[in-house]
Amino acid sequence: MNLNPIAIVLQTALLLLLAPLMSGLIKNWKAKLQNRRGPRLWQPYSDLIKFFRKDMVLSEHASWVFSVAPYVVFVSALLAGLMVPMLTMQAPLSLFGGVLAVVGLLALGRFFLALGGLDPGSAFGGMGSSREMTIAAIAEPAMMLAIFTVAIGAGSTDLSHIVQASQGPVWKLFNPTHAMAFVALFIVLLTETGRLPVDNPATHLELTMIHEAMLLEYSGRYLALMEWGASIKQLVLMMLLSNVFFPLGIATDTSPAALGLSALAFGAKLLVLAAEVVLVETTNAKLRLFRVPDLLSAAFVLATLALLSTFFFG
Amino acid sequence: MDFPLTAIDPTSLLILAMLGYVIGSLSGLVFCRYEKLANFCSFGFATVAGACGTVACVMSLATGATAAPAQVLLLPPLIPYVQFTMRMDALGSFFGLIVSLLAFALSLYSIGYARGFYGRKNVGVLGAFFNLLLLATTLVFLASNAFFFLMAWEIMALSAYCLVSFEHEKEETRNAGVLFFVMSHIGTGCLILGFLLLFQASGGYGFDGFHALGEKMSPGKRDAAFLLFLFGFGVKSGIVPLHIWLPAAHPVAPSNVSALMSGVLIKTGIYGMTRVFFDFLGTPPNWWGVTVLTIGTVSAVLGVLYALMEHDLKRLLAYHSIENIGIILMGLGAALMFLHSGHPALATLALIAGLYHTINHAVFKGLLFLGAGAVLHATHTRNMEEMGGLAKRMRWTALFFFVGAAAISALPPLNGFVSEWLTYQALLQGFGTTPSLIRLMFPLSGAMLALTGALAAACFVKAFGITFLGQPRSDHARHAHEASFPMLLGQGILVAACVFLGLFPTVFLKLFDPVTQQLTGQQLSQQLSVASGLVLSGGAAQGGTVSTLGITLMLLCLLPVPLVLWALFARRSRTRIAPTWDCGQRGLTPNMEYTATGFSKPLRMIFKALFRPRREVQREYDFSPYFTTNLRFESHVEELFQTRIYRPLRWLVLYGSRRLRALQAGSLQAYLIYIFITLLLLLLFAL
Repeated sequence: MNLNPIAIVLQTALLLLLAPLMSGLIKNWKAKLQNRRGPRLWQPYSDLIKFFRKDMVLSEHASWVFSVAPYVVFVSALLAGLMVPMLTMQAPLSLFGGVLAVVGLLALGRFFLALGGLDPGSAFGGMGSSREMTIAAIAEPAMMLAIFTVAIGAGSTDLSHIVQASQGPVWKLFNPTHAMAFVALFIVLLTETGRLPVDNPATHLELTMIHEAMLLEYSGRYLALMEWGASIKQLVLMMLLSNVFFPLGIATDTSPAALGLSALAFGAKLLVLAAEVVLVETTNAKLRLFRVPDLLSAAFVLATLALLSTFFFG
Repeated sequence: MDFPLTAIDPTSLLILAMLGYVIGSLSGLVFCRYEKLANFCSFGFATVAGACGTVACVMSLATGATAAPAQVLLLPPLIPYVQFTMRMDALGSFFGLIVSLLAFALSLYSIGYARGFYGRKNVGVLGAFFNLLLLATTLVFLASNAFFFLMAWEIMALSAYCLVSFEHEKEETRNAGVLFFVMSHIGTGCLILGFLLLFQASGGYGFDGFHALGEKMSPGKRDAAFLLFLFGFGVKSGIVPLHIWLPAAHPVAPSNVSALMSGVLIKTGIYGMTRVFFDFLGTPPNWWGVTVLTIGTVSAVLGVLYALMEHDLKRLLAYHSIENIGIILMGLGAALMFLHSGHPALATLALIAGLYHTINHAVFKGLLFLGAGAVLHATHTRNMEEMGGLAKRMRWTALFFFVGAAAISALPPLNGFVSEWLTYQALLQGFGTTPSLIRLMFPLSGAMLALTGALAAACFVKAFGITFLGQPRSDHARHAHEASFPMLLGQGILVAACVFLGLFPTVFLKLFDPVTQQLTGQQLSQQLSVASGLVLSGGAAQGGTVSTLGITLMLLCLLPVPLVLWALFARRSRTRIAPTWDCGQRGLTPNMEYTATGFSKPLRMIFKALFRPRREVQREYDFSPYFTTNLRFESHVEELFQTRIYRPLRWLVLYGSRRLRALQAGSLQAYLIYIFITLLLLLLFAL
């Protein structure tokens, strides 16, 4: 359990580079599924570079919180990503915190994001912040309970140990406990990343937007950091889902062969998850805001059932 | 740890500190005609005394002087059984540390804050009662005789009552004071009965004789004592459903007193429960732990939900105290359950989690109330809907309040995160302690703790965002000014404490060793600290680790990434200050901003079964309802406990009293008959 600087640097680089690609991939596939051509895969990279180059407009009402928020959102998502196993079973920073720290860091980013929305004093920002904090609050117990289910199974909150424990001789997905926890966490993933039944990432419609409403006053490099941070957060949650529930092929040592295999497996898992997200987004309409709690309580019930089922299958 | 000050005995230093409070109290009364002098003397002495007390308690915990504490007789005994003895044992010293640390910071703050009362109120009296309250609270934690404890408890309640009623010209304040007084005394009544049960079993009132007394008591009496103490101390700490006095009394007191009440006074209830349940009553049956854990979970969730509905800044903070007491009780309840199932190490972990959260809550809630006091001082209102934009006008206060808000929302790397992390660890490891279905309680309470944390974050986004960000919503807020230097210094000390407790948990955990040694016979600070103290572990092998220090350093290390990106791409970009986008209107006005009520509307709708929101809208218009000329909006949230429990209860008491009045007819003969009948009955009973 020591810190490996090379692993930290490599995983940081991978997180930074892969995150926009995932967003682009989902956008592209979604368009294809809806008989549209869709943006190119690398469009998000061009967008980010464009945002960075643009001049920035700051609101006259904004205080220091507005300017600090993009950095915190970006860096906290990145740090959370370093605590989740990506290619190797040992996450580079698992010594500094397990799954509870990941959830805490994401909450830190959200806290700043919501305050950044309130800071310029526009009603849209306040609306977005209010909704974001509300939905995050109801999603939290479902997320934690699903995580507890796997953490209790592994006897640890350290993600590396959790992955190790779920990599048993039998493929654990057929275990109902794992399956139900997976579905619960998948619903949370949709919620946390602002995906369709909860929030629509494709529109700026005043009355329905959540995440976009908080970003409305951001421009230039701050907007770039916010967008990039959001896509890193999405990647982190996808990593969490794919590696905790399907640890298949993850490298246990750092030999090139194992790493290469792991990279292939990881890529495949991400593609499958992205496909799932695309399917859900294409086949579902956006829920009314006050129907979202129903969806999340379904996730909570599933997670509770997962926990209960440990008595029978655990 | 080796202290250079070992030559000084911690007990004498603490007695010196208490003398400081006495002198501060007296000087406040003596100089009450000269308000500046009274302010400086009373709060100045309290500051020095608080500093002395902090040093004394840290020394006592760090040097192990608490292992065999000496009884100190403060006054010669006047009546048999009533001995004015105190001892600095580990648990007492730990809570003494909390009160002394807060006394230090709050008194410093008060020197600036009390200036606001010059010419209006008697500052000397405020200082006198403030010192008296500090003295009584310190004695509550250190008294080692039940009678002495109850006396200190009463003085504490009475001086707190006087402080709550300090601005008694307002009706709200008077009502809150009376409510506090009544509830507090119902609680004390239960405590007296509880101590009588203990006296019956031990034959004395000394705390030494009470140690592990529960083993010698019959199960029925032991359970009765548990319930009496749970109720009595529960009232003081504000557990649901005994909490109703708390959101009424804490906000109306002067802000330095609110901070003391929320930070320390409600912790006397936690102290009492820890003392009685862990020290006196022996190995607990399972249902005790289950009860405490349930009460904790319910208090946490309901406390934060009601807090969300508040737009009175100080009431909001008061409701959060209920929430945090709930989180503390989760730790204590889990510890009781682990003691029952024979897992002392795990019980120790849960106990540490609870006690760690106790000091954390004292620090950040004190900080937040001080911030709220500074805001109140500057804007003359507690209503958040009239604030806004204060981050630009009160820079330091905003920053300090922000730290407190992040800490109470359990965000890494601050102290709230550390203690909640320990609580999660204890709850998760608890799943394996029992095969019965009861173990589901642990992860479910954990999930509720997650809900609480997320709702608290939502609530503090609201509290900080509406108060300090955006445009000022009133003239008061527009002309707000920064707080005076002593007020900022007092907040700064608590910010430093938040950061220290957050970043260096393994250092602070060493102070818990004597406490847990005394209560569960275990010391965990070695197991909980790995990688030479940089990383906090959950105790179990491979159980999970966290390092708030590491997180902070890594956050700083990763900061160059966005900066490099900036340098790479954005070198030539410029920054322009412009108005917020106003949809093409002619400028945004504060009226268009999101309000605190609006912010919490989604949650009000989601939990409408609990809140039963009512709203009343009256519109006046000339020709079309879309062009309103006048609008009146009223919105209410029902306090379920008030309307469903306390109102019927109050009616019952009043009705019963009216009936009983028939007995008290005023005729002497009737009274003589009553006395005679009573005597006769007693004689029969004695036979």
